[in-house]
Amino acid sequence: MDFVVAWACLLALVFILYVILDGFSLGIGLLFPSARNEEERDLMMSSIAPVWDANQTWLVFGGGAIFVAFPTVYTVLFPALYIPLMTLLFGLIFRGVTFEFRANATRKQKWSRAFFFGSLVAVVSQGLTLGGVISGTTVVEGQFAGGPFDWFNPFSVFVGIALVAGYTLLGATYLIIKTRGEVQHRAYRQAFWSAIIVLACQVIVTVWTPLHYPVVLTYWLNPPRIYFIWIFPLMGLSAFYGLMKNLKNRHEFLPFVCTVILFLAGYLGLISSLYPFAIPPAVTFREASAQKETLRLGFWAVIIVLPVVLSYTVYSYSIFRGKVSKEGYHY
Amino acid sequence: MDVVVLSRIQFAITTMFHILFPVLTIGLALYLVVVEFLWLKTRQELYYRIYRFWAKIFAINFGVGVVTGVVLEFEFGTNFSRFSQAVSNVFSPLLAFEVMTAFFLEAGFLGIMIFGWEKVPKGIHFLATCLVALGSMVSAFWIVAANSWMQTPAGYELVNGRFMVTDFWNAIFNPSTVTRVNHMVMASLETSAFVVAGISAYYLLKGKYADFSQRSLSIGLIMAALFAPLQVYLGDRSGVEVFHHQPAKLAAMEAHWETNTTGGAPYILMAIPDPTNEKNLFEITIPNGLSLLVTRSTNGQVQGLKEFSRDNRPNVSILFWSFRFMVAVGFLLLIVMAWAALLWHWKRLFQCRTFLWTLVIVHPLGFLATELGWLTTEVGRQPWVVYNLMKTTEGISPIPAGNVVWSLILFLIVFPVVGAIYFFYVLKTLNRGPDLSSPIPPVQRPVGMETLAQVKRNKVIE
Repeated sequence: MDFVVAWACLLALVFILYVILDGFSLGIGLLFPSARNEEERDLMMSSIAPVWDANQTWLVFGGGAIFVAFPTVYTVLFPALYIPLMTLLFGLIFRGVTFEFRANATRKQKWSRAFFFGSLVAVVSQGLTLGGVISGTTVVEGQFAGGPFDWFNPFSVFVGIALVAGYTLLGATYLIIKTRGEVQHRAYRQAFWSAIIVLACQVIVTVWTPLHYPVVLTYWLNPPRIYFIWIFPLMGLSAFYGLMKNLKNRHEFLPFVCTVILFLAGYLGLISSLYPFAIPPAVTFREASAQKETLRLGFWAVIIVLPVVLSYTVYSYSIFRGKVSKEGYHY
Repeated sequence: MDVVVLSRIQFAITTMFHILFPVLTIGLALYLVVVEFLWLKTRQELYYRIYRFWAKIFAINFGVGVVTGVVLEFEFGTNFSRFSQAVSNVFSPLLAFEVMTAFFLEAGFLGIMIFGWEKVPKGIHFLATCLVALGSMVSAFWIVAANSWMQTPAGYELVNGRFMVTDFWNAIFNPSTVTRVNHMVMASLETSAFVVAGISAYYLLKGKYADFSQRSLSIGLIMAALFAPLQVYLGDRSGVEVFHHQPAKLAAMEAHWETNTTGGAPYILMAIPDPTNEKNLFEITIPNGLSLLVTRSTNGQVQGLKEFSRDNRPNVSILFWSFRFMVAVGFLLLIVMAWAALLWHWKRLFQCRTFLWTLVIVHPLGFLATELGWLTTEVGRQPWVVYNLMKTTEGISPIPAGNVVWSLILFLIVFPVVGAIYFFYVLKTLNRGPDLSSPIPPVQRPVGMETLAQVKRNKVIE
């Protein structure tokens, strides 16, 4: 069994799970200023209060899994992305403590603001991180050899903005499932507008990536990629069409599903364009991988434990399913 | 300051701030398991109220613990990338296992534990509490196992400066893992038991919620009385383990300069270590004490610090004092519990105000002892990041010092602010006191429940 490929697939799964699960949670933070009053914000917060921590744990797991399977990625990219990763952490700290602090506060407004800013900082930092990774890292003899601001360029800034739109869309479609009345009504509108921005961003990234890396274009136009790469834009466009239709029909569940497919399309398109590079433009997954024994042990541990984790995650979601009520959940 | 010093300061600050929260999480989770078990078994409403009260504190504490903990997982990469690169094959699985088997478990069931009262039946809720408690302890196991590997590495071979795995079992259960995990988990349990006891004692002193605080105090005290002696025993085991595997650390902890050649090594109760001249300026000693303590014989040989070259010695002054204060706290808490046992025997436990005030005063000391313990073990490992094999200076990331200056300043601003707000809301919750009246969700109401009102009536009849 080729553990390098298996791990690359596992990591891909872990990160998309993180993006979707924490994406809607962060997205609700981004939508906070649009609520009319603190009662509406209570409702929005209650919809994620029992699950946000588990959702965020996927990020920690993603970090740990990279460290296990592709240590060079961990030890090159983390110093290279020191600044956006630290701002991500500060954003997550501010946002995370808000859940408990706001619930206990008499004047909730300042915590609502902290929740919004924490989420915004976290999302933009994630975009800068992702953009920084895609735009390339200087590696010499297995160590980071660039400067502290290499990640900062027009492309990474653009990805930062795109991610704000993307998470807003996830948050809005999640709110459609969890709420009713005015909040839900507004979420339909927010989903509509953010979806259009997301599609535009995806188109721009699709054009920008081969301009930045001419090799990507060669990849696309040659076998084996030429046989399947076109599926992803097609998938994205159909998801977008489905999303628009379901938003118009005021469907409650399908807009979220369509959004997830829209995200998947962009995500799969991106990784199948950059594979086999773990650290573009030079280090491949195989070069970055750990010792075989470590890969094997880690892989089997994940294969055994992950289904258990996923099943109780599903169980937890099923307990808190349905519309969130005005009182929220009781302490 | 160079990037090594800055990164070490940042890691020290972030871990030392973070560890305060898991300590309470681990202990309070077990306390809640006990309380919920009693609630299900006795069907007394009082236990339900006690659970709900402490669960509020638990939730605030857990939230801060989670977000400050994420930082650490990242710092191995951002600040110590060369260390991470060298040890990844052996070290990283332990961190990943922690996330898989502990963090997910805690996070997955915390929602049910805190918000699930109206949604799940009694048994499931109890299971959720148990799994959160289990998760917190499993987490302690993995992270202390990882740290123990840095202290007493095993199960590896060095190939071109990288640690390659030869045996995962030996790496996980390296010579110090079991001793250190026990010591750390016990520290958490003891600290939390004293926190619960101290706060309950305060309510009792103020004449607030008498029934509630007596019961809450009793459970806390029983746990504390169990844990305090056990911790002294486990601490002793840790000391012996350090003697066997990290002689330089032990010698520095004890300010023991010369190897004893004839007769036993004395135990130094008090001294002012003078590292430049390699001696102590002033000493109060117990003859043969150190030999007896670590070798279990009056004339066992204990290596002195002079046997290690100067640049391979940890900082004696820090180690000597942090270790001594930690031990002092351990014994102080043991004495308080002995006093508690006597008062209980005389049936004056809830009446003796001096004792109750003592509980209030000593209640945060467990946190102090835990910090001092970590200071001892981590400073004692220096100058190595992997004991005797890799120097801390070799493990640092290739980043400019400016990066770390910037993030360190932010941590120095953010952590005190978060800490202060945490205190504010915990105090607010304590001020508000337990909620003794809001209705119990129907799914949770056991048949034949003994309500608070009934207890009161029975008391009047008696």
